[in-house]
Order: sequence, then structure tokens, then C-alpha cells
Amino acid sequence: MKLSLLWTDIMVWFLVISLLAWSWVISRSPQVKKQWHTIFKSSIAMASAIVLLFYLFFTLLDSVHLRFSAQSAESQSQTVQYEGEMVSLLDLIFAHNLKGTERTYSAPFATHEYAKSIIVDKRGTTRQAYLPLKYVSKSDDLMKKSLYAVFIGLIISSLFILLHIFWRNRDGFWNEFKKSWRGETLLPWRIAYLTVIFLVVISTWFYMMSFNYHVLGTDKVGGDVLYQSLKSIRTGVLIGILTTLIMLPVAVFLGVSAGLFGGWVDDVIQYLYTTLSSIPGVLLIAAGVLVMQVMMDTHPGWFETTLERADLRLLFLIMILGITSWTGLCRLLRAETLKISQIEFVTAAKAFGVGKLTIIRRHIIPNLMHIILISVVLDFSGLVLAEAVLSYVGVGVDPTMYSWGNMINQARLEMAREPMVWWSLFSAFVFMFILVLAANLLSDRIQTVLDPRNKS
Amino acid sequence: MFAYIIRRILYAVPILIGVNLITFMLFFMVNSPDDMARAQLGAKQVTPELIRSWKEERGYDKPLFINHDSEGIAAVTDTLFVQESLKLFSFDFGFSDANRDIGSDIKERMMPSLAIALPTFMIALITNISLALLLVLFRGSVLDTSMMIIAVMIMSISGLFYIIAGQVLFSKMWHWVPISGFESGWGGVKFIILPVLIGVFAGIGAGVRWYRSIFLEQINQDYVRTARAKGLSELKVLFGHVLRNGMLPILTGVVVIIPSLFMGSLIMESFFGIPGLGSYTIDAINSQDFAIVKAMVFLGSVLYIIGLILTDISYTLFDPRVKLS
Repeated sequence: MKLSLLWTDIMVWFLVISLLAWSWVISRSPQVKKQWHTIFKSSIAMASAIVLLFYLFFTLLDSVHLRFSAQSAESQSQTVQYEGEMVSLLDLIFAHNLKGTERTYSAPFATHEYAKSIIVDKRGTTRQAYLPLKYVSKSDDLMKKSLYAVFIGLIISSLFILLHIFWRNRDGFWNEFKKSWRGETLLPWRIAYLTVIFLVVISTWFYMMSFNYHVLGTDKVGGDVLYQSLKSIRTGVLIGILTTLIMLPVAVFLGVSAGLFGGWVDDVIQYLYTTLSSIPGVLLIAAGVLVMQVMMDTHPGWFETTLERADLRLLFLIMILGITSWTGLCRLLRAETLKISQIEFVTAAKAFGVGKLTIIRRHIIPNLMHIILISVVLDFSGLVLAEAVLSYVGVGVDPTMYSWGNMINQARLEMAREPMVWWSLFSAFVFMFILVLAANLLSDRIQTVLDPRNKS
Repeated sequence: MFAYIIRRILYAVPILIGVNLITFMLFFMVNSPDDMARAQLGAKQVTPELIRSWKEERGYDKPLFINHDSEGIAAVTDTLFVQESLKLFSFDFGFSDANRDIGSDIKERMMPSLAIALPTFMIALITNISLALLLVLFRGSVLDTSMMIIAVMIMSISGLFYIIAGQVLFSKMWHWVPISGFESGWGGVKFIILPVLIGVFAGIGAGVRWYRSIFLEQINQDYVRTARAKGLSELKVLFGHVLRNGMLPILTGVVVIIPSLFMGSLIMESFFGIPGLGSYTIDAINSQDFAIVKAMVFLGSVLYIIGLILTDISYTLFDPRVKLS
């Protein structure tokens, strides 16, 4: 068994580390710290941030890939199926669901298949019946098990919360605890803790139930829908954040240089983004993805496993999305840089002979921060939704990859069945909705606090 | 005015050349003329002579960017890129892989696209603006806050959900309208209702928020305070001043998309089986028909640039402060 990271894994971990570094940097600037304090004073923003962190947690769990060597496969019989294949930590946690593939559709918490099948009994007569599911062990006492799961969830979440209270105030722990309980803290920690309890209890319940049932049912080929929805989190979050990571340096560099240097630099950059933005977004993405598909078909040596192929395709898709989406931010940054460079403090810095790079670093970039931040969070939800549409059009992620778009795409014909098979679609939409809603609510709050136009 | 429009159109030419360059490079990055010939001629014994004659027939025998055999200006013009671009500029889109004339296909499919997109656009514009005005009138009230929360929720649901849920509810369960299909003329109204309603509803969240923020920006201005001080009623202030002054930012956002309505909606058309340009594009993407994708990219860019020019012109018509120069 050895750790083997995919390209996107490396990028997502790099992003997390740089986010941590960034938050450390801003925690030293009292001004910026105060701004973030104001953002999280809203309980909606706090709860949304916790939900987003929860999604990020699943993304990170799914972004540590292990490769089992042939040797360990011999010694441990249950890992034989992983030989040569890469599995993530999330796959290991849900190993029971991976193995438990049914024959076909089954409803959430069902014990039998969804459609009747023809069976022939010993005497040779045929009849139609609902076949029992293979990997469901009906638990007699659903209530008792649920209570047990809720209890475990409460214990886990309260451990987190107590640790956090202790970290916030080491000396007056009991005092701090009482204050949080009554909701008298500066930031709405009570809401945060309630969200944590809610999320942890729900997920422990789902997890414990998943040993006995297919909690969200199974799809056409009998795959567990809960597992698929959880795996899709990584795809959605990755497309949302990595695209901005790729697009950001380009947009900032071009936008700032266009606004600051003017002249022919400005003309060239303006021409570039007008040209790119005049092409309809979906078509440019489609053309890019078609090119990529042909290129990957002609270079099968680039990847060893199907997982790596899907990952490379995801990476290309993210790059194409990045190329098509930098123009909007670039235009905003150019206009803002133009405005800032006319203000007296920049003129004064120039008069003092301060270098161009220092001016950019010290005067321009800090004043652009709010635009960058707002567009990053605004783009995130748009990109998560776009993934579903692109996968539907056929230019999204690899068809073998778990994503909400693929789930919707595969399940949309099931609505025509009688009775309807609704759970695949439902799960994909709900998982997507919660993520996008949380991102939208947080971005709303960030916008109201950071946008100087809202000062009045 | 006339000279200005001419200049704007001339300014569009380098942009369109850039668009052509991008699509051309994407196109020939994946398949060279040789590959195209092989694919078109089929798996039969493909001899180099056959390929050469096929390329000559179609004009693909020229070099991509620079023709070293020619002298002077012909070294640049007698190339595949210039020939292909000239064809596109004269709206000659060539033939698809299935050997159909793309130009006439586009002409045929424009109308169904417009039959969906235009009503959606108009109804959405009117509903969104009226709802936004209503919210601005009752700003800060429970109605305003709760509607804003609902708007965020509407925004956060994937558009695919609205389509699927709408089809299941209105067509499958209640049988109010047919699930998909298209018919030109008044008989086709029953096919249009559902996609239009879904399109309007899916955009209502983002739309209302956008218009509301435009109106709120106006409502804090001095002229509004003056109007109130004159003793005008809040309704008169809203319609006579806020709406009129808000029209300018609305125009910027709205006029630019009007020409693009011809392109239709990819998702809507393919779900509802409407033979418009959107479903045409999706089919082309799925069958990897690059000639159609290229034509649609060019058409989309042309329409977008027309939209930009229209925006500038409408500015001068509505805002006396803006002078074209």
C-alpha cells in the first residue's frame, strides 16, 4: 500500500495549504481581521461556512489516493479487488458499499428490488416476484439503531465543540462554555455548533444505516446512490475552486498590467478578452473538450488507470473552464486598477520613486482584494451548477467519473418509468443544492461587507 | 451616427478574425486535412492519390498559414486559414459531416429557437422588473427579506431540476401540455408554454436580485430625495424617476443578449425536442461534428458583437449625456 496522489489531489492540497497560509497572513492584519469578523457576525454566513467546510472535508477525504500493491493483496484477501487500482480514503470508509452492488434499481431503505422479475421455481412454474436485495440485512429495530447512531453523532460533535471552546479560551473554559450556550459570544458560535451537531449527527446516521440498507437506494446497475453522491462532492468542489485557482493569476496579471501600463499593452489585453468573451461560453468549452477528447484518444500512454484518465480529463476541463472564465474578472480588475492608479497615494508613491512592482504589491493588489474575493465566491456556485449542465451536454467530466451531472444525466430517463425512479435525481439535486446555497449565502454576505459601494 | 456605426463594424473585424483564428487552431490541432480525407473517404483502401484529389476538390490542399510557394501578398492569402475565414465572413458555412448544407440548416432552425427564446426573454424581463419594483417599494419589510431568501434558493437550484420537475408535473402527471415536440404556427403554442414558463422561473431569482440592486442604487440618489421633497407619492417616484434612471444599466445588460436569442438554449431545446439551433449544437457536439461547432461559434460571436454595437447605439438614444465620438 502506498500513497499515490493524482494531479488534482496535489492541486487541491496545494490550494488548502495556501488558503491556510493566507488566513495566517490576514490574521496578522487587524484591519482585514476586523472585516472577516464582520462577515461572520451574521449567523447565516457562519452556518454556510460550516456547511462548506463539511463539503471540503469530504473533498479532502476523497483526495488522498492509495494504491495497494500486489503483495498486500495476497496477505489480505479483502484487498484483492484493489490491486493496481487506486482508492481514496472515502472509498475505504465506504468499502462495504463498494462491494455491495445490487442487480438493479431499489428504493431507499428497500429490502426488495424495485421491479418484479420472472423467477422459475423448483416445479418449473414461472411467476413474477420482487427479488430480495443481496446486500441488505434487514435490521429488526430501526428505531434503536437510529437512536444509537444519533448518540454516537452527538458524542463526536460535542468532542469537536468542546475542543474548539477549549482552544478559544484556555483559562476560562467553563465561562466560555456558558457564554456560547447562551449565545453571548462575539461571533455566533452557538449557530456554528448547532450546524456542526446537525451535520455530524446526520452523517453518522447515514453511515451507520449504510451497513444495513441502501440509504438512498440504488441506480440502474445497482450502485449505491449515497456513495455516488458523496463521491460527486469532490468533482463539484474541485471544479468550483480549481478553476478559479487557474484563472486567478491570469486575470490579475493581465487586468493589472492593462490598467497600469495603458498604451499598446492595454490594447492587446482588451483585444484578447473581447475576442474570448465574444465566443459563446458553452461552445468554446465544447470545442476545447472535443479537442481534448481526440488528443487523449491519440495518446493512451498518458495514463495508466481509468481513474487517472478521468482525472486528467477533469484537469483539462478545469483548465478550459479557466481559460473561458478569466475575461470577466480581468475586465473588472482593469477598470479598478485604472481608477486606483489615478488616486493621490499612487501618484505620491510614483513621485517618491517607488518601483512599479512595489506599487502593485503595496497599493494596487490590496485595493483589488475585495473584487477578487467576491468574484471567486460568486464563480464557485456558478461553476458547480455549470458542471451538471456540461455533463448533460456531453462535454463535462469523464462518464466514468462520479459527478452530480453524470448522475442526473443517467437518471433523467428514469423519470419516464412507471412508477418513477426518483432517488438518484433527488439525491444529486439535494447534494448540489445544499452546496450551492451555502456558497451563495456566504458570497452574499462577503459582498455586502467588502463591497465599498454598500457602505452607505 | 452613421460614421460611428461603420467604425464599430470595422472594429469588429479584427475580433472576428481572432475568433476564427481560435476555432481554426482548435479545429486543425485535432485533425489535419489528411485525417479529414481519411475519415471522409471511409475505411476503403485510401491511397495518397485519393487523399490528394479529395483535398484538391475541397480546397484543403493549401498550407495552413503561410504559403511558401507564392510570392508577395499571396503568400498569406493563398492559405487554408484565409480561405476558410473568407468563407465564414460571407456566411458560407460549408457542409456538415452528414453532408448537409450548414447554412440552410441554420436558417431553418433559427425560427423554432426564436419561438422559445423570445417569449422567455420578454416575459422574464417584465416579471423580473415588476417583482423588483414591488420589492423596492416594500424594501426592508418582511416581504422583501423573505422574497430575497426565496430568490437565493431559486438561484441555487440547478436549471436541470426545473426542467425535469416541470416535465414530470405538468406533462406526465397532470397531462396539461405535451412533454416535448414542436409545431410551427399557432398550433405550436402548447409545446412552447412549458419551456417558456420554466425558463422564466429558473431565471427569476438572479433576475429579481439584479434589478432590485439597480433600483436600490438609484433610490439613495439625491434626485430621488428631491422628488420626495416635492411631495410626489412613493409610486410616482418609483415609476417616474427610479425606473427611468434604472433603465440605463438595465439596457447595458439586456440589449447585448437580444441578438444571441437566435442561438436558442442548449438545454431547453434538447429536453423539449425543439428543432432549434440549441439542439442542433448539442447534436453536433455529441456527434463530434466540428464543422457545425465552428459555424455556431462564428455565428455566436457575430451576434454578440452586434449586441455590443446595439448597446452603444441604444445608449445614445436613451442617455443624452453620452455622445458618440
